[in-house]
Amino acid sequence: MLKYIIPLLLFIILAVFLGLGLNLKPNDIPSPFINKPAPEFSAPKLNAPEQKLTPADLKGQVWLFNVWASWCVSCRAEHPILNQFAKQYAVVIIGLNYKDEPEDAKTWLKTLGNPYNVSIMDQEGRIGIDYGVYGVPETFVIDKKGLIRYKHTGPVSAEDVQKIFLPLIAKLEAES
Amino acid sequence: MKPILFIMLLVISINSHAVDSRQLSDPKQQESYETLTKELRCLVCQNQTIADSNAELASDLRRQVYEMLQQGKSEQDIIRYMTDRYGEFVLYKPAFAGKTSLLWIAPVVFLFMGLMTVFLVIRRKRATAQLNVDALDITTEKQKKIRSLLEKGELS
Repeated sequence: MLKYIIPLLLFIILAVFLGLGLNLKPNDIPSPFINKPAPEFSAPKLNAPEQKLTPADLKGQVWLFNVWASWCVSCRAEHPILNQFAKQYAVVIIGLNYKDEPEDAKTWLKTLGNPYNVSIMDQEGRIGIDYGVYGVPETFVIDKKGLIRYKHTGPVSAEDVQKIFLPLIAKLEAES
Repeated sequence: MKPILFIMLLVISINSHAVDSRQLSDPKQQESYETLTKELRCLVCQNQTIADSNAELASDLRRQVYEMLQQGKSEQDIIRYMTDRYGEFVLYKPAFAGKTSLLWIAPVVFLFMGLMTVFLVIRRKRATAQLNVDALDITTEKQKKIRSLLEKGELS
């Protein structure tokens, strides 16, 4: 009997691990930033480089921080959803134009629409490193106190908006 | 000629490094740079270190390591800086902690299990060989020889 049970057990263990492995997403790296203050930056605005934006300017409101670039293909897929989101809901969306040419970025916004209240420039990718960005697009949700409450890696889908972003934003808006 | 060429190509590929290798004036810092870039994971191409990868992010992270070393930061400072931003996952050598203990202990456990299996299999084989000889129903010279050979085998 044992002769059959041992290989069977080994098989089951292996199958369970492989099965779990199938559902893992190695690209979803848990962010160490959740519930931590949004890293400081002072970055030039895309449309007015002489003006700078810092996270402190946004204190007291819930805002989305969306990392994008004109060279990023998934950003193009995500863009219509952000556009609609910006139109439908009164949420501040700040864009981090990541390692991009300002001219390319401006053209991109002109042709595809601009969902951002403000976009800031990070040509060298330093703000990106401070926010642990590794795959554009990424979207952070930051609360009234300036804490990062959620990080989304990859393009935001319409379903994500309904299931994740809207409930979370409503909850954060309700906080004092 | 062909095998030589092949070996040469292999050697070249081993030595290939990401293009923008930097030089620090202090050899000790240079050493730190080399170790750190070989211990940090490129998060875009996850099975490569930032020393190996030519992804943009890897090159930015190399720049970051380089600049921090120039500012006189220690290896630990830099590792903390990276884990603060990218989490434990950025380390190819994660610290020994509750979450990573399985990672560190598992190889030893598996090695032990393997050794145990080998040991048990050998012991069982020997026992059956002995049994087979005993089961022989004749006491001839041959049987004696077999037994002595088996015993010798056990001694060696």
